[in-house]
Amino acid sequence: MGFFKKHWKIILCGTFIGIVATLLQKFGNPANMGVCVACFERDIAGALGFHRATVVQYLRPEIFAFVLGSFASSLLFKEFKPRGGSLPLVRFFLGFFAMLGALVFLGCPWRALLRLAGGDWNAIAALVGLVVGVFIGVQFIKGGYNLGRSYPAYKFPGLLMPLMMLGLLLLLIIKPVVPGGVPFFSQKGPGSQHAPIIISFIIAFFIGIFAQRTRFCTMGAVRDIILMRDFHLASGVISLLAFAFLSNLALGQFKPGFFNQPVAHTNQIWTFFGMVLSGLAYALAGGCPGRQLFLSGEGDIDAGVFVIGMIVGAGFAHNFATAASPAGVGPWSPIAVVAGLFFCIATGLFMRKKIA
Amino acid sequence: MAKKLLDLRGLSCPQPVFETKKAVEDPSFEELEVLVDTKTSVENIQRLLSRMAGVTHAVEEGEDFKVIISRT
Repeated sequence: MGFFKKHWKIILCGTFIGIVATLLQKFGNPANMGVCVACFERDIAGALGFHRATVVQYLRPEIFAFVLGSFASSLLFKEFKPRGGSLPLVRFFLGFFAMLGALVFLGCPWRALLRLAGGDWNAIAALVGLVVGVFIGVQFIKGGYNLGRSYPAYKFPGLLMPLMMLGLLLLLIIKPVVPGGVPFFSQKGPGSQHAPIIISFIIAFFIGIFAQRTRFCTMGAVRDIILMRDFHLASGVISLLAFAFLSNLALGQFKPGFFNQPVAHTNQIWTFFGMVLSGLAYALAGGCPGRQLFLSGEGDIDAGVFVIGMIVGAGFAHNFATAASPAGVGPWSPIAVVAGLFFCIATGLFMRKKIA
Repeated sequence: MAKKLLDLRGLSCPQPVFETKKAVEDPSFEELEVLVDTKTSVENIQRLLSRMAGVTHAVEEGEDFKVIISRT
């Protein structure tokens, strides 16, 4: 009981995300993909024409609402603090390669949890990969790895990510007619499956508020256990998994097995290594894809650069066939994962400085 | 040992709480002032200290945050 008393906010945040994610699937989002930061950023990259995979193009309002919800919350609670300058280019590439890894598995850590909660056992290899990736990252952190300080910035750059998200939301609502056809919206496939805009936006806006308040982070959950024996963030992540599972049962969305799972493949080896890469990149960047969005909403410009890196990475991944599909991993998936691991290991090894 | 000052402003998670942990666990620790720039870091450090025996702390809030940690 004492545990609940100490951690109730983060537990409720995880519970909320778990339940509303499965509800969003009921309302129209793809199966086991109620919210997936990596998949949804990939869909946004497609809608903007950064890649031409016609089945994954949509301007996902959940992503915009995450940032805007966090922005509103940080203003309300006086935590909006524009800051930046901690090796933005490195953070860009961490985001870029994190996305390459995520698209080999087909999901971010949130979706790995939602896939498991929906009975997709392929997610187990992904979660093991996440733990291994974060474990490697923790070894670098223990060895002195850090990207140096960020510094207080002008207010205006702190507003850029919320403004960009607002602009993208307007694109979704107005759907302007542009020569060439952008923004693209999938006619079939996962990109064509989505809940009504207003429902997605409101639900995700509240996720943004709660996650900004509680600092919800899936990577941090694993990292804090390994590094500090601290189960605070993990209590939120476990409640997400548990309540998504219960909610799936109640909604008739639980379908256990390895095969024929929605937007998934069964290649365990590259599922594992894809997530090792992502997990390591998240650990080196200091937050999972969701957390980076919430941070960018409260003025963390470097987190915004990581987000842009992920969106660019998504475009690259589909253009260069490094992204997997339900048919299996792409022809260039293994190369992408190996290249990403080299980058992350070099980052971890060569960026050490004594802080104090 | 005299009072030690740690300036951990602007560092990404988990550096502020991890550096604080190392400093408090150091045998020479007597009194420590930690400077951080986000409420998140303060919360993380407070959660860390709540799991450690024999330390007490106070938080000063201004433009940044100062956590003053000492032995009980």
